[in-house]
Amino acid sequence: MTRFETAFAKGPALVCFITAGDGDTAANLDALVEGGADVIELGMPFTDPMADGPAIQEANLRSLAKGTRTADIFRIAAAFRARHPHVPLVLMGYANPMTIRGPEWFAAECAKAGVDGVICVDIPPEEDAELGPALRGKGVSLIRLATPTTDAARLPAVLRGSSGFLYYVSVAGITGMQQAVQTSIEEAVAKLKAASAIPVAVGFGVRTPEQASAIARVADGVVVGSALVDLVKQHGDEAAGPLRELTSALAEAVHSAR
Amino acid sequence: MRMLPDETGHFGRFGGRYVAETLMPLILDLEAEYRKARQDPAFQAEFDDLLKHFVGRPSPLYHAPRMTEHFRALAPAGPNGEKRGPKIYFKREDLNHTGAHKINNCIGQILLAMRMGKTRIIAETGAGQHGVATATVAARFGLPCVIFMGAKDVERQKPNVFRMKLLGAEVVPVTSGAETLKDAMNEALRDWVANVHDTFYIIGTAAGPHPYPELVRDFQSVIGTETREQIMELEGRLPDMLVAAVGGGSNAIGMFHPFLDDPEVAMVGIEAAGHGIESGQHAASLTGGRPGILHGNKTYLLQDEDGQITEAHSISAGLDYPGLGPEHSWLHESGRVRYVPITDDEALEAFQLCCALEGIIPALESAHALAALPRLTAELDKDSILVVNVSGRGDKDIFTVADALGVEL
Repeated sequence: MTRFETAFAKGPALVCFITAGDGDTAANLDALVEGGADVIELGMPFTDPMADGPAIQEANLRSLAKGTRTADIFRIAAAFRARHPHVPLVLMGYANPMTIRGPEWFAAECAKAGVDGVICVDIPPEEDAELGPALRGKGVSLIRLATPTTDAARLPAVLRGSSGFLYYVSVAGITGMQQAVQTSIEEAVAKLKAASAIPVAVGFGVRTPEQASAIARVADGVVVGSALVDLVKQHGDEAAGPLRELTSALAEAVHSAR
Repeated sequence: MRMLPDETGHFGRFGGRYVAETLMPLILDLEAEYRKARQDPAFQAEFDDLLKHFVGRPSPLYHAPRMTEHFRALAPAGPNGEKRGPKIYFKREDLNHTGAHKINNCIGQILLAMRMGKTRIIAETGAGQHGVATATVAARFGLPCVIFMGAKDVERQKPNVFRMKLLGAEVVPVTSGAETLKDAMNEALRDWVANVHDTFYIIGTAAGPHPYPELVRDFQSVIGTETREQIMELEGRLPDMLVAAVGGGSNAIGMFHPFLDDPEVAMVGIEAAGHGIESGQHAASLTGGRPGILHGNKTYLLQDEDGQITEAHSISAGLDYPGLGPEHSWLHESGRVRYVPITDDEALEAFQLCCALEGIIPALESAHALAALPRLTAELDKDSILVVNVSGRGDKDIFTVADALGVEL
């Protein structure tokens, strides 16, 4: 089984996001795992994060201001893989930093660092050639996003060539803002699960254990990002403790939901 | 050369649709609606009518006699002693309603928005010219309008901010990033993704995800189409050279596109070289950048080796963007159009020369195109014809120019 399959086989999974190079990333990643995160999403900072709300935008800029380079992100990923051999690791970011040295280079670096999957916000299925074939060639999952605007006609194109899990963006909007109504999430997840052979994780606007628990009752995974990134902003290099605490509460809520 | 983009929205390897999944269905809808509109004579008729009666088209093609003589006097003789210095014409987009070419595109896009039943308009703006043009058409059609503008630009361009407000628009200062045009575009995209159900995004230049580069070009092509008819009437032949400034590149592509398949017409796009390419402080994406993906399209961008976008600099706020439209990237690589960098100082000099010799205060963007004339006129014989696109008027720039010249107003 792949690391993703193992992680999602145990029941609803908690997927935790932080931005690479923002705060003490190695300590923060360890805190997420210790707190009970089942999948880690590591954000690749970009100067122009068009799909992100203020919390993650600022995290991107804090990281870049400290001089984070792409090579640093792969060093962080490889070190994480060495410390945590079984926890799936996903890189999430934007097309330009991922493709600037060519998709083959990026896919090879991902494979070398033990990265399991990649989420690229601004490469829709229509532009798959830009990154998808290279990742699949190296056995790295391309994790696509489905959104409230993805209709039944588009869904097969979104699912084609994606693996690991499907990330359902529960609101038409940017990260860290309002949460979708629970009933609309339930309807959407039911449709996605009927069409998809891979697990469906739900994110965007999920901040509290209560919200996470409600979603975990219907979905295979819950993604939390901005609430964690806020803690890094608040506590700087001393964020590991607070991150562990929030992750524990979220993990407890997600894992006991079913 | 006029057949592109292909059906996937690419100009060679450039262009495309690099957007978040949330926007993808909307962009496909827009494309379908645009295809229908192009086939609909009523759409074209309404567009033409508004351009004539609201914008004031056709804009004149004006023979600039004193600039012509000025450069003829300066041009060194050719290798066989032939006289140099072409007859210079200005395409007067500065005479349009709202003072620049921007309005052509805004008219086209708001007609599309109305067809699609959208009830809210958003746009990004740098100097405020596209913001003013968008606020103008939104007022004309009675739609609420939100303009995203970098907080720094809001501060630098107060008269245009007030104009937009007078026209009923809400101006949102963007405080993320460097607080300029690129950040305003990010913020407009964020708003759009959260309001896809009722909102139409009027992009200000021939860039962004397909079909924007195509439809903006088509709406701006009225510039080149008119120029073609006017020069045939005045001179009975096509011009030898077209010159236009390139920021995002909509005035240039609008001028060039109707001539792309006429090999005898040379074309020169002028990029903003700011303090000079070697200074690193410029906005010349083709001369000083390389291909990458930003704001929905693949094109030449100013960026570092990790693909992080770097800040552009130009004295002209309208050229102060770290990328350009994808069709220009393609025309650059195919060699059909030559792109030349012009510095802030050269543009300032041309700005003053145009005021003094022709009685026309050009926009700083257009002054970049005029600043290439010393070089370009020396390449052309006396009996040749050169057309410069004077894309906008410079009233908006007088404070910037006064500041640069050390004049206190």
